[in-house]
Amino acid sequence: MTFQHFLFYLFTFFAVGAALMVITRRNPVHSALFLVLVFFNVAGLWMLAEAEFLALALVLVYVGAVMVLFLFVIMMLDVDLAALRAGFIRHLPLGLLVAAILFVEMIVVLGPAHFGLSVYVAPDPAPADYNNTAALGLSLFREHLYALEVAAVILLVAMIAAIGLTLRKRPETKRQVVSHQHRVKKEDRLRIIKMAAEEK
Amino acid sequence: MISLSEYLLVGALLFVISVVGIFINRKNLLILLMCIELMLLAVNINFVAFSHFLGDVTGQVFVFFVLTVAAAEAAIGLAILIVLFRNRRSIDVDELDTLKG
Repeated sequence: MTFQHFLFYLFTFFAVGAALMVITRRNPVHSALFLVLVFFNVAGLWMLAEAEFLALALVLVYVGAVMVLFLFVIMMLDVDLAALRAGFIRHLPLGLLVAAILFVEMIVVLGPAHFGLSVYVAPDPAPADYNNTAALGLSLFREHLYALEVAAVILLVAMIAAIGLTLRKRPETKRQVVSHQHRVKKEDRLRIIKMAAEEK
Repeated sequence: MISLSEYLLVGALLFVISVVGIFINRKNLLILLMCIELMLLAVNINFVAFSHFLGDVTGQVFVFFVLTVAAAEAAIGLAILIVLFRNRRSIDVDELDTLKG
């Protein structure tokens, strides 16, 4: 067993174990943290597959942004955990049955008979001067520029939608109305009274 | 050397685990969203593995777009979750029966 193979199984073991913890933990905060562990180990797998840019992007985008968003929301909501666990055991047998059927079918299709080393020969390791980021960038900006711009618009729409959904106006909130401020005259604010001078 | 079928089976295993997660956590909307993220990740493993073995970088470009859409989906999903919790004081999926679906 080569060192690469050892690393592959190490990352796989932790990714699968952490994925099992994600779906079985009672506390959503623990689930989110185990999901972070899954993302880290899958990033390692992608490194082994010579997709360096995507591995780092996965860590930066998912662990750095999406999972932090998840943790924010979990900690903001005051969720009744006991009520949400009801039915956990009741649905387990059906879930395991569906999962077993799915997995056996996938093994039949994806097993070594059709996708093994004899059918798909392992490619030679990339030379030392190969730049994955440059190759990805060239493909992205030469052949998929339109899709890239559509993706940018999707992100913009998602941002506006998330803000628009969660924005709320409370009656007790005090806010400035700039036009009212501009329309104010001196007479509205200042009152000059006449009085006799007083001695000290 | 690591074979293609090993990568594909890792992806299949993660996908199946997230399917089980959707079955057993069907009341908790937060865990459901996490399971969907896990499913997208499992599919991305397949893209990366095929891109590596076929020597074509287009598979990695597609992973890029899947990551983009997944991030947008997580943001909007969590925003809907917050609005839901504000109105109902609960994130139980079974209580979302206003449309009688």
